[in-house]
Amino acid sequence: MLRFALKRVLGAIPTLLVLIALAFFLIKAAPGGPFDTDRRLPPEIEANLQAAYNLDEPLYRQFGLYLGGLLKGDFGPSFQYRDYTVTELIAAGFPVSLRLGGLAMLLAFVVGVAVGTVAALKQNAFTDHAAMAAAMIGISVPNFVMAPLLVLVFAVTLKWLPAGGLGDWRNFVLPVVALALPQIAYIARLTRGSMIEVLRADFIRTARAQGLPQRAVIIRHALKPALLPVISYLGPATAAIITGSVVIEQIFGVPGLGRFFVQGALNRDYTLVMGVVVFYGVLIVVFNLIVDLVYGWLDPRVQYQ
Amino acid sequence: MADAVLEVQSLNVRFTTPDGPVQAVRNLEFRVNPGETLGIVGESGSGKSQTALAIMGLLAANGRADGSARFKGDELIGLSDGDMNRVRGAQISMVFQDPMTSLNPYLTVGNQMRHVLQRHLGLSRGEALRHARTMLEMVRISEAERRLAMYPHELSGGMRQRVMIAMALSCRPGLLIADEPTTALDVTVQAQILKLMRELKSEFNTSILLITHDMGVVAGNADSVLVMRDGECREYGSVDKVFYKPADDYTRALLAAVPRLDEAMPERLATVSAPPTELGAEIAAVEKPRTNHAARQLLTVDGLGVRFRVAQPGLFARAQSLVAVDDVSFELAAGETLGVVGESGCGKSSLARAVLQLIPTASGRVCLLGRDLEQLARRELKNMRRDMQVIFQDPQASLDPRMTVAQIVGEPLNTFRPDLGQPERNERILSVLLRVGLAAEHLNRYPHEFSGGQAQRIGIARALMFDPQLIVCDEPVSALDVSIQAQIINLLMDLQVERGLSLIFIAHDLAVVRHISHRVMVMYLGRAVEVADRQSLYEHPRHPYTLALINAVPIPDPVVERSRQQQPLSGDLPSPLEPPSGCGFRTRCPHAIQRCADERPLLRPVGKSLVACHRAEEIE
Amino acid sequence: MNAATKTSTIRGRALSTDVWETLKKNRAAFVATLLLAVMSVMVVVAPILSPYAFDATDFDRISVGPSLSTLHLFGTDALGRDLFVRTMYGGRISLMVGLVATAVSLVIGIAWGATAGFIGGRSDHVMMRIVDVLYAMPFMFFVILLMVFFGRSIVLIFVAIGAINWLDMARIVRGQTLSLKEKEFVEAARAGGVSNVKIVLHHIVPNLLGVVAVYVTLTIPQVILVESFLSFLGLGVQEPMTSWGALVNEGAQEMETAPWMLIFPGAFLATTLFCLNFIGDGLRDALDPRDRSN
Ligand code: SF4
Repeated sequence: MLRFALKRVLGAIPTLLVLIALAFFLIKAAPGGPFDTDRRLPPEIEANLQAAYNLDEPLYRQFGLYLGGLLKGDFGPSFQYRDYTVTELIAAGFPVSLRLGGLAMLLAFVVGVAVGTVAALKQNAFTDHAAMAAAMIGISVPNFVMAPLLVLVFAVTLKWLPAGGLGDWRNFVLPVVALALPQIAYIARLTRGSMIEVLRADFIRTARAQGLPQRAVIIRHALKPALLPVISYLGPATAAIITGSVVIEQIFGVPGLGRFFVQGALNRDYTLVMGVVVFYGVLIVVFNLIVDLVYGWLDPRVQYQ
Repeated sequence: MADAVLEVQSLNVRFTTPDGPVQAVRNLEFRVNPGETLGIVGESGSGKSQTALAIMGLLAANGRADGSARFKGDELIGLSDGDMNRVRGAQISMVFQDPMTSLNPYLTVGNQMRHVLQRHLGLSRGEALRHARTMLEMVRISEAERRLAMYPHELSGGMRQRVMIAMALSCRPGLLIADEPTTALDVTVQAQILKLMRELKSEFNTSILLITHDMGVVAGNADSVLVMRDGECREYGSVDKVFYKPADDYTRALLAAVPRLDEAMPERLATVSAPPTELGAEIAAVEKPRTNHAARQLLTVDGLGVRFRVAQPGLFARAQSLVAVDDVSFELAAGETLGVVGESGCGKSSLARAVLQLIPTASGRVCLLGRDLEQLARRELKNMRRDMQVIFQDPQASLDPRMTVAQIVGEPLNTFRPDLGQPERNERILSVLLRVGLAAEHLNRYPHEFSGGQAQRIGIARALMFDPQLIVCDEPVSALDVSIQAQIINLLMDLQVERGLSLIFIAHDLAVVRHISHRVMVMYLGRAVEVADRQSLYEHPRHPYTLALINAVPIPDPVVERSRQQQPLSGDLPSPLEPPSGCGFRTRCPHAIQRCADERPLLRPVGKSLVACHRAEEIE
Repeated sequence: MNAATKTSTIRGRALSTDVWETLKKNRAAFVATLLLAVMSVMVVVAPILSPYAFDATDFDRISVGPSLSTLHLFGTDALGRDLFVRTMYGGRISLMVGLVATAVSLVIGIAWGATAGFIGGRSDHVMMRIVDVLYAMPFMFFVILLMVFFGRSIVLIFVAIGAINWLDMARIVRGQTLSLKEKEFVEAARAGGVSNVKIVLHHIVPNLLGVVAVYVTLTIPQVILVESFLSFLGLGVQEPMTSWGALVNEGAQEMETAPWMLIFPGAFLATTLFCLNFIGDGLRDALDPRDRSN
C-alpha cells in the first residue's frame, strides 16, 4: 500500500510538470504585462522591475528559474502585492479556505448521504420527490444568490448570526452552509442513484433472503458499495472547495484563497497565478490519491501492487 | 401422509407494470413433504422463480401474491416483513442462480455467514464464526478457517456456490429453495454441487424445492416434479410418472425437445410450438439419414495459438500474458460440422474468433479454401469474409439495438454490393428472412421487439446473406430455452444440408454438440485434448476429461440417473494464467502419474481418435 | 441508400422513439419539456411585443416595481430599463451560451473520447493522460485566461466554456466506446467485413447518442451557471447587453430594495435549470439498459 502510494506520487510528477509548463507558457503568451497600468511607467523603472522579476531573461530560462524555485517551495514574489511572496499569500489564505471548505464538505457528506439514502429507500414516494426537488433547487440556484439570501434572512432579518467576517464559530456558520448547499444537493443525488442501483443487486436479495432486517441490509450490505461513486466525486470536489470560492469570500468578507485565482489572472500577476495553479494541481493529485486509497479500502477487489 | 413442510394452495402472483397487470403465477397448488425434493421445471417466463420469491416474500415492489403458502402449518403469504424475517434464513432459506453476484463482494465470507447466525441463533461473534467454519467444512470446503477471511472474488464459482449453500443451511432450515443453483456453473462443477446437495439433504434432514429448466437435473435429484408453463401447472406428480407417463402434451414435448446423450438420435429434434394442441404432431420426428458430404477440404487450422495480455486488477500491475489457445490444429471438410466442447475458459470462443481473424493470432495458420488468411491483404481478407460468417451466443447482443432488422440483415449488402438498387436489396433481404422463418412484417422492427429465438434467426439470416461456405457458431443456443434451442438446431442442420455449409459449432452442452456434429473436439485450458468422430467420442471417450464431462451431464431419465455411479471430477479449472506443467488436466485427473507433470502429452492417434493423454491406452 | 442517410434514419427513428417514450411516461420530464419550449419561444418573440427596447432608459421610472399600467411588467432596473425586455434578452443570451458551449464540448468530447476508446492501447492512454492534466487545472483560471486572451466577445466566451467542458464528455464517451466495441454486434460487423470508420459511424456513435443526450441536458444548465458566475465577476456579457446571470447578479445586490430585480430573472433562470435537469434525469432513467430489461 505504501509502495502503491509512492508509485502514484511519482507517477503524478510528469502530470504536474506538464501542467506547470502549460500554465506557465499560456500566461506568458497572454497579451499585456503585469506593469501595464494607465499611467505608463518611465522606461528605466520598468526595466528595473523586469530585471527584478527575471522578465528580461529568455522564456526557457524563466521557466527553469521558476521550476528551481518551486523545488525549494518558493513560488516567487507577487507582482501585485509587492511586499509579499506568493508563498506567504497562499500560507495566509489557505488555512481560512481549508477550514471553511473542510467544514462545508464534511457537512455536505453527512447530510448528502443521509438524504440520498432515505430518498432511495422511499423511491418514488413523497419523501423521495420532496428531497430530490430540494436537491434540484440546491444545484439550480447560483451561490451568489443563495449567499446573500442567507445573509438577508439569518443575519439581517432574524439577526441570529453575523454576516460573515472572521471571529468565532458563529461567523463561520453562514459561509459554510452557503458553500455546502450545492454539494449537499449533488451528493444526495449521487447517493440516491447509486443506492437504488445497489439495492437491486443480487447480493442484497441474498441478504434479505436470510432474514436480515432492513436496517442491517442497508448498513452492512448496501452502504459500502453505494458510497463508492460518492467517494470518487469527493476527491476533486474537496480539492476545489478547500482552495476557496471567490463568491463566498467576497460576499462574506472572508480572506481566503479563492480571490487569488481571479485577481491573479486579471492583473497578470504571473507568479500568483502560477502559485495557485500549481497549488491546486498538487491538491488534486493528493486528493485523487486519497480517493484511490479509500476506494481500495472499501472495495476488496481493488488491489495495490 | 405426514404433515407437509410446505403446502401451497391457489397461489397467484401479479405484477402491475406500465403496460398493465401481468399475472406471473396462476392458481398454483403443490406440497413438499418432509425429506422430499420437489422439482419445479419450466422455461423462462414460466413463473417458477416468481413462485419461490412469493413464498419467501421477496417479490419486487410491484408484485403481489395471494392465495396460501403454509410452512409447517403457518401461513406465509401476507406476513409482515418483520415476521417474515424470522422465517427467512432460519426456517426457509434460498440459494440463487449466480453465485458470482449473489454474495456480497464487499464483505468477507465469514462476515456474511456470521450476520445470519448472530441474527437467527443469537450467537456471539466468536461462536458464529466457529459455527460458520463448521458449515464450510460440511460443504466440503478445504482450509475453512482461511476461507472465512476471504472475499467472494477470491473463490471459484463452484466454491462460491458451496458458500451460498453453507450459508443457507447454517440455521438448519426445514426447507431449502434452490433457484437454478447450478445453471451458471460448468457441467463438472454442477455435478459436484448436485451431489453435495443430495448428501446434505439427508444430513440436515431438509426438504428441497429445486427450481430448474434442466430436465436432466430434475431426473436425478427430485422425488416429485411440477411442470410449469405461463404461470400455470401443466403436470404434477412423482418423478417417474412425469418422465415415463407424462399426461400433458407440453411435458411430452419438453422431454422430446431435449437432446440426450444416451439415446440414438432422432434426425430432427421435436420442438415446442406455441399452440399446445399441435404439439403431438410435432413430436413425430422425421427420420432422415444424415449424410456427410466430406469431400473437399474447406478449412485447415494448423498450430493455432492465441495470447492475451491481461491487465491485472490493481492500478500499476504488470500485464500478464494469458495463453487462450495453445497449438490447436484441425481440418474441416465442406458440409461437415465440427463440434467444439469444453468448460468456460477453455479457449473455445477465442478459437472461434481467431479462425475468423477477429482477434490477432500469436502463432499458426488458418487456411480457408487453400488461402492463408493471415497472409491476405486487408482487401482480400474482407472479400473472404463473405465465405466465413459467425453466429453469436447472445442473440440480442449481436444485433445493433439502433438498427432495424432490414438494416441489420442488409449490412453485408452495403459492404459487398453497394451497387444494388433498393428493390433488389429488399428482395434479397426478404428472401433470407423468409428462409430463416421470419416474415416481411419484421423488416422494420427493432431487435428488442423480438424474442431470443427470433433474434437468433435474424443473426442467422445476416450470416446467410452471401451464401457462405463456413459458419462459426459460438454457443448459438445456450441462451435459449430448450424448445427454442431445438428449433434453431433444426434450422442450422437444414441449412447445412441445403447449402453444403460447413459449421464449427461451439457449445458447452455435450448433448447438443453430439446431436449436430460429425466430429467433435474437446478442449481444456486452451488445448485440444481429444478429437474424434462423434460416435467414437461419445461411445469410447479416451481422454479422462472427455469421460468426466460425459459422466457429468445429467440425463433426463430418472432410472438411468439413479443407477449411475456419480463420481464427479473434483476441483476447479486451474487459472489459465498459471496453467499446470505437463498435462493441463493433471490437477483434476484421477489417473495422473509423475510423467503427466513432467511431459506435455501431444495429440496422437489412439483407436479411431486423436487423444492427448499419456495413459490413453490403459484407460477404458 | 448511402451511409449518411442510413445513420440518420437509425438514430432518427430509434432514439427519438426512446426520447418520446420517456416523455410520455415521465410526467415531470414532459411538463419540463413543455415549459422549456414555452420559455424558448417567449425569449425570442416576447421582446417584440413590448414597447420598450432592452437598452432604453425610462428616466421617469427608475427602479420601479412591476406594474401593468406602465407596461413595465417586471418593473425597471436602477437605470430605468425595462426588466421584462431585459429578462427576455438575457434569456436569449443564456440559452445561446448553453447551447453553443454544449455543442462545442459535444463535438470535441465525442471526437476525442470515441477515438481514444476505439483505438485503445497506447493512444488511448496518452489521450486520457492529457485529459487528466487538464482536469488538474483550475477551471476558472482557464476561463479567465482565455477571456484575457481574446477579449470579452460573447461568442468567444461560449467557445471557451465549451472548450473546457469537454473533459467530462470525453471520459464518458470513451468509457461507453470501450464497452460498445466489445459488444457482439460490433464483432458481427467486423466479421461481415465492415470497415472501422463505418463501424464507428454506424454502430458506435448511434449507440452513444442516448448517453450523450442525457449528458447534454445536464451540461446546458452547468454552462448557464458558469456564465452567471462570470457575470458575477464582471466578466460576462458587456453592458448594455445582458444575460440571466448578469441580471440575477444585479438583482442579488438590490434584493432588499428592489426584490423584483432578483425574482423575475431568477425565476426564469431557476426554472430553465430545473427543466433541463428533470429532462436529463428522465432520459437517464429511460435509457439505462438495466431499467429497460424489467
Ligand atoms: S496425461 Fe496424465 S494427467 Fe493428463 S489426462 Fe492423461 S493421465 Fe491424466
